Amino acid sequence: MFHFMKDQIQAAKPSRRSFLKMSAAGVGGFILAASLPGASRKAFASEGDFAQPFVHIRPDNKVVVLIKHLDKGQGTATGLATLVADELDADAAQIETNFAPANVELYKNLAFGMQGTGGSTAMANSFLQYRTAGAAAKAMLVAAAARKWGVDAATITVSKGVVTSASGQSASFGDLAALAANEDVPAEPVLKTPDQWVYIGKSFPRVDVPAKSHGSVGLYGMDHQAENMLVAVLARPPRFGGVPTGFEAAKAREVKGVVDVVQVPSGVAVLATSTWPAIAARDLLEVTWDESGAETRSTDEMAKELADMTATKGISVPGSHGDAEAAIASAAKVIEVDYAFPFLAHAPMEPLDITVFFDGEKAEFWTGSQFQTIDQMVSSKILGLTPDKVTINTTWAGGSFGRRAQPDSHYFAEAALIAKARLEAGNAAQPIKVVWTREDDIRGGYYRPMVAHKAKVGFDDKGQVTGWSHRVAAKSIMQGTAFEQFAMKDGVDATTVEGIGELPYELPAFQTEVHNAKTPVPVLWWRSVGHTHTGFVAETMMDRLAKEAGEDPLDYRLKRIKNERLAGVLKLVAEKANWSTPLPEGRYRGIAAVESFGSYVAEVAEISFREDGTVKVEKVTCAVDCGLPINPDNIVAQVEGGVGYGLGAVLRNEITMTDGEVDQSNFDTYLPLRMTDMPKVEVHIVPSTEAPTGIGEPGTPPVGPAVANAIAAAKGEWVTVLPFSRHGYA
Amino acid sequence: MSVSVTINGTSRIIDADPETPLLWVIRDELGMTGTKFGCGVAQCGACTVHQDGIPIRSCQTSLQDAEGTSITTIEGVSGKAADAVRSAWEELSVAQCGYCQSGQILAATALLSETPKPTDEDIDAAMDGNVCRCATYARIRQAIHVAAEKMEA
Repeated sequence: MFHFMKDQIQAAKPSRRSFLKMSAAGVGGFILAASLPGASRKAFASEGDFAQPFVHIRPDNKVVVLIKHLDKGQGTATGLATLVADELDADAAQIETNFAPANVELYKNLAFGMQGTGGSTAMANSFLQYRTAGAAAKAMLVAAAARKWGVDAATITVSKGVVTSASGQSASFGDLAALAANEDVPAEPVLKTPDQWVYIGKSFPRVDVPAKSHGSVGLYGMDHQAENMLVAVLARPPRFGGVPTGFEAAKAREVKGVVDVVQVPSGVAVLATSTWPAIAARDLLEVTWDESGAETRSTDEMAKELADMTATKGISVPGSHGDAEAAIASAAKVIEVDYAFPFLAHAPMEPLDITVFFDGEKAEFWTGSQFQTIDQMVSSKILGLTPDKVTINTTWAGGSFGRRAQPDSHYFAEAALIAKARLEAGNAAQPIKVVWTREDDIRGGYYRPMVAHKAKVGFDDKGQVTGWSHRVAAKSIMQGTAFEQFAMKDGVDATTVEGIGELPYELPAFQTEVHNAKTPVPVLWWRSVGHTHTGFVAETMMDRLAKEAGEDPLDYRLKRIKNERLAGVLKLVAEKANWSTPLPEGRYRGIAAVESFGSYVAEVAEISFREDGTVKVEKVTCAVDCGLPINPDNIVAQVEGGVGYGLGAVLRNEITMTDGEVDQSNFDTYLPLRMTDMPKVEVHIVPSTEAPTGIGEPGTPPVGPAVANAIAAAKGEWVTVLPFSRHGYA
Repeated sequence: MSVSVTINGTSRIIDADPETPLLWVIRDELGMTGTKFGCGVAQCGACTVHQDGIPIRSCQTSLQDAEGTSITTIEGVSGKAADAVRSAWEELSVAQCGYCQSGQILAATALLSETPKPTDEDIDAAMDGNVCRCATYARIRQAIHVAAEKMEA
C-alpha cells in the first residue's frame, strides 16, 4: 500500500552534491507525459490546449501549473509554480495554479508513494519533478516553433514567455500551445544550471495573495456553494470514544430550514438549507451516547499515568550508545528532570469542512484534502465505489498545521456516511456540506499527543556528563492507523521520539526508551510533530548541562555538536543576535537549535517581563539552513509564522479534560497568539546549494526552548511543565 | 420577515429570521464568501465587516441589528485606505493561508481611515482582536505602516 517510511523519504532525497546534476530519469519514476484522466481534462483543459500533467498552456497565453500538494498557507503552490516558470522561462504574470485531481499514479508525493502533503516534503520531493515538467514544456514549445518557422530549434530562444528565433520570428506560449501539444514529450529535457535560474533562489510573486486580499469567491472548502446544497452540523460525543445510540430531534426539526436529522457513528447530523439553522438546531438535539468505550479520565490522571510510565523501563529506541545506566550509577552527581506536555489543538482559522455529492454511482468532494490518496480510498470504500469514481476537488485550506493530514480520513468518512444514509433513505442526491464549528474543532480531538519525558543525567565531579538515560511516554500517532505496519518498527513510532532517539551532540553514553500509552483520545501530527516536545526537552536540557559544566550555553553546544550544518546556524544566529554582547538591564536571552525534516534552525529569544510577571518575547532572531533557498521571502514568512505558532502554544495553549470532557471550547478558552504577543522576528538564511528541504515546520521547534532558556537565565527556574501560563509567565 | 440592509452600496431586502447573524446572511443568503466564519463568538475577527464605516463582528450582529445601516464587506471595501492596504498586502505577501485576511484588511482599513499615521500602539489596539493562526502579525504591522506611507504619497 503506502510506502510511508523514513528510509523511503531518505531514498527520495537526492544525494548531497549530485542533485543539481540529476536528470529526470534518476528521480524515481514520475510521469511527465500522460493522457489526462477525464476529471482533470474537464476541469482544466479544453481541446487544443497544451495539457500535460503538471503544465497546461492555454491559447489565452496563461500557463496553469497543476499543484499536486495542498497549499494551506505554506506557499507550496507558489513554490511549485516557481520551479515550472523558471525552467519554462515564463513570465511570472502569465502563471496561474490549480490543484491537481486525486490521482496517485500522476501526483504521488515521491517521498510517500501516495498523494499527500506533510513532513515538510513538498519542495524536496518536487524539486526535480516540477523543473523537469517545465523544461519539457519549453522543449515542446521550441520544437513546435522550429517546425512552424522551418528553422533549427537550436536557433530559438525563450525569455519571459516569448519564443524568438534568430531570424526574428516570435510567438507567445499561447500562440504555440496547440502545436506544442502535438510534439513528443522529451524523456530527459535539459534542465537549467543554477546560474541560469531567473526565479529560483531569487523571488517570485505569491500566486494566492491577490485573491486572498479580495475575498475572492470559492477559495476555501468552507466557501463551496452549489445549487440545492444542504449544510450539515453534527452533535458530537461529549467524550472521546462515545457513540450515539439514539436521539430526540422534535425541537431541532422545528427550526426553519432544517430538512433532516441523520445518525452516523461519529454523531448526529442536522441537515438544513443553510448554515445558521443547522448550527442552531444542532444545539436543540437530545442525543443518548454509549460511553462504554469512552475516555472518562481527566487529563491530570492521564498526565500521571504518562509520568508513571517513564519511571519504568520501556522499549529501546535505536540510536543509543554506551552504557548510560552504568555511567549514571557511578556518577558523582545525578539530575532527574520530568517534563509534561499537554494535548494541543491545531485550531486552523478555517475549521474543518467538506462538501460531498454522491448519486450512488459516483461521488465528488470539495475540501482542502491533504492526503488525497487515503481520502479517496476511505470514501470510495464507504460508498461502495472504485476509487476512480471518487473525484476530489482540492481547495485552498485556511491552515491545517497537520489537522487535515488524516490517516483515517475521518471527516471524509463522516461526509460519505451522511450522503450514503440520505440516499439509502430514498432522498434525491444533493450536495451536502459538513461544517465544523470552532467548538467542534477545539473539542474534536486529533491533538498533538500529551507527552511525558524523563531525563536522567549523570555527571563527573567537574560537571561533565557521563551518561544520559531518557524515557518518553505518549500515545503513538501511527499505531492503529494504515501507516502502522510501515511507520512503526519494534514498537517504536518514529514520530514520538524523532529528535530524542539520538542527539546532535557528542555525549559519552546516551539511551532512550519509549512507552506507547493508550487512550481513545485521537492524536495527530501538529506542526513539526515529535519535535514540538523533543526539541524542547533536548534544548532546555543542553542549557542545564552547560550550567552544570559552568560553560556558556552556545559554547557548550558548539564544542559537542556533531553536525556541521546545525553548528552553522548556531554560529550565524549567535552572530546576528550579538550573543556575546551583554543585554540592557531587564532583558534576557535564550538559545536553541533543532534539526527537523532535514532543515536546520537556530533561534535566539530575547525576553523581558511585564509588571505582572508575564513574559514578553521582544525579539526572536533565527538562522535557517534549508538547503537551496527556492523562494527566500517565503522561507522568511514560514519561519516568522512558525515562531508565532510555536510561541502561542508554549505560552498558554493546552487542551485539558475533566472526567473525559474537554474544558476548552473556543478562542476564549484556547487562547491564540495575538498581535500584541508577536515578537519582532528576524530571519537569516544560510546560502546553500544543498538539496532543498522543507520550511513549513522547522521554524516552530526552537522557539519554545529558546524562551524557556531565557526565562531560566532570568529567574533560575526551568519550566518543565507546559504551557508557561501554568507558572504565571503567560 | 424581511429586513432592509445596504450591502456594499446596494440596498437589499432580506427574507430571513431577523435573529440570524449577519455573517450567515452575507455568506449563505447573498453568496458572498469573502467574510469568514472563524469562531462564531467574536473572538477572532475573521468575520469583520464595516457597519457605517465602523469595524464590527458580523457573527455577533443580528440581521435586525443591521437593519437600515450600511454594511461593507471585503468584496466591496474601496477607497484610499482600502486601496493602500490591499496594495501593501500584496507588496509584502502578507497572506499565508489567508483565511483571516479579509477581516484583517477590513480592520486595517478602518484603522487607517481614522488614524492615517498609526503608531505600533495604535496598531496593537486596532488589530489585537483579529487572530491569525499563521501568525502573519509582523507583516500585517509592517503592511499597515507601508499602507500609511502610500496614503500620504
